[in-house]
Amino acid sequence: MNAAVLSAETEAMSATGRGSGGPAPKRIVVAYGFWIFLISDVIIFASLFATYAVLAAATADGPSAKQIFDPDNVAIETACLLASSFACGMASIAVGQRSQKWTQIALLLSGLLGFVFLLLELREFHGLVAQGAGPTRSAFLSAFFTLVGCHGLHVTAGLLWLGTMMAQFYAKGFRRDILHRYLCFSLFWHFLDIIWVAIFSLVYLVGINL
Amino acid sequence: MTKSSPRTTELDSSPGDQTEAGESIGRGVGGYVLGLALATALTIASFWIARTHIIYGPGVPVALVALAIAQMGIQLVFFLHITTAPDNTNNVLALAFGVLIVFVLVFGTVWVMDHMNHNMMPMDRLMKMESGS
Repeated sequence: MNAAVLSAETEAMSATGRGSGGPAPKRIVVAYGFWIFLISDVIIFASLFATYAVLAAATADGPSAKQIFDPDNVAIETACLLASSFACGMASIAVGQRSQKWTQIALLLSGLLGFVFLLLELREFHGLVAQGAGPTRSAFLSAFFTLVGCHGLHVTAGLLWLGTMMAQFYAKGFRRDILHRYLCFSLFWHFLDIIWVAIFSLVYLVGINL
Repeated sequence: MTKSSPRTTELDSSPGDQTEAGESIGRGVGGYVLGLALATALTIASFWIARTHIIYGPGVPVALVALAIAQMGIQLVFFLHITTAPDNTNNVLALAFGVLIVFVLVFGTVWVMDHMNHNMMPMDRLMKMESGS
């Protein structure tokens, strides 16, 4: 019985998440810090979502969501971003295997899909402005462009980061600091797809139903 | 590389770390494929629900919100590897706090602004008063 108690105690002392055993390795500290940044970014997006939800009906006699949203375009954008997120996951596995070739291939594929997403979004924005439904037309459109544009800016930044990661893997190899950067990048890229899930569901699909 | 073996048992795992799959490519890829399949199915369901007329109209936004939350959960688990394992407690706690703030922010804003809209004078009467004075 004593032995059982003792082993339970030592297990409790060495249990993870209790702070025993000194500071966590740098990989965990870096990723956890970036995780907290991502959650604060989620809160920024939440405030933009709240703004959009309040202003969605304030069309000022301009076009409404139903008239300007094209569900087919959104479906293709969604497919691109989801596939890009998946390709990034494949790149993570290739990085885990230290395979330069497959890392570069998967990252290139992920980047190209992200780029197609961005082009489709820019085309949509351009079309809206051209037909007089730009961000200055109504409060609804201001909120829409701010929310979706903010996500688009994140994707743009992510693409630049992706290119940087490809170059760094190529030039510096699988060094520890590069691996830390890649872990943060993969979190960022998957996180952008999660934000997009909220955008296509709550903005576009709810929009065409109102 | 030498540090990778004790990681799974003794230390917390960072967000994005694949603890279980470890060195096996097959299991790692399998997890992502399963996540992709589930996310695709939920996306197709969302688009189908948004366009069909089978479902009672006012229920559509509710269904879309439910499907979106489900898909976010799927992507968190399969793509970002956030799990309920004890080595993930810190990551889940940070996420839970974020979700709390998001709900307070979004529902609070919608609730308050809805009441203010309700109590405000209709816009056309307001305009008339302003032009009259």
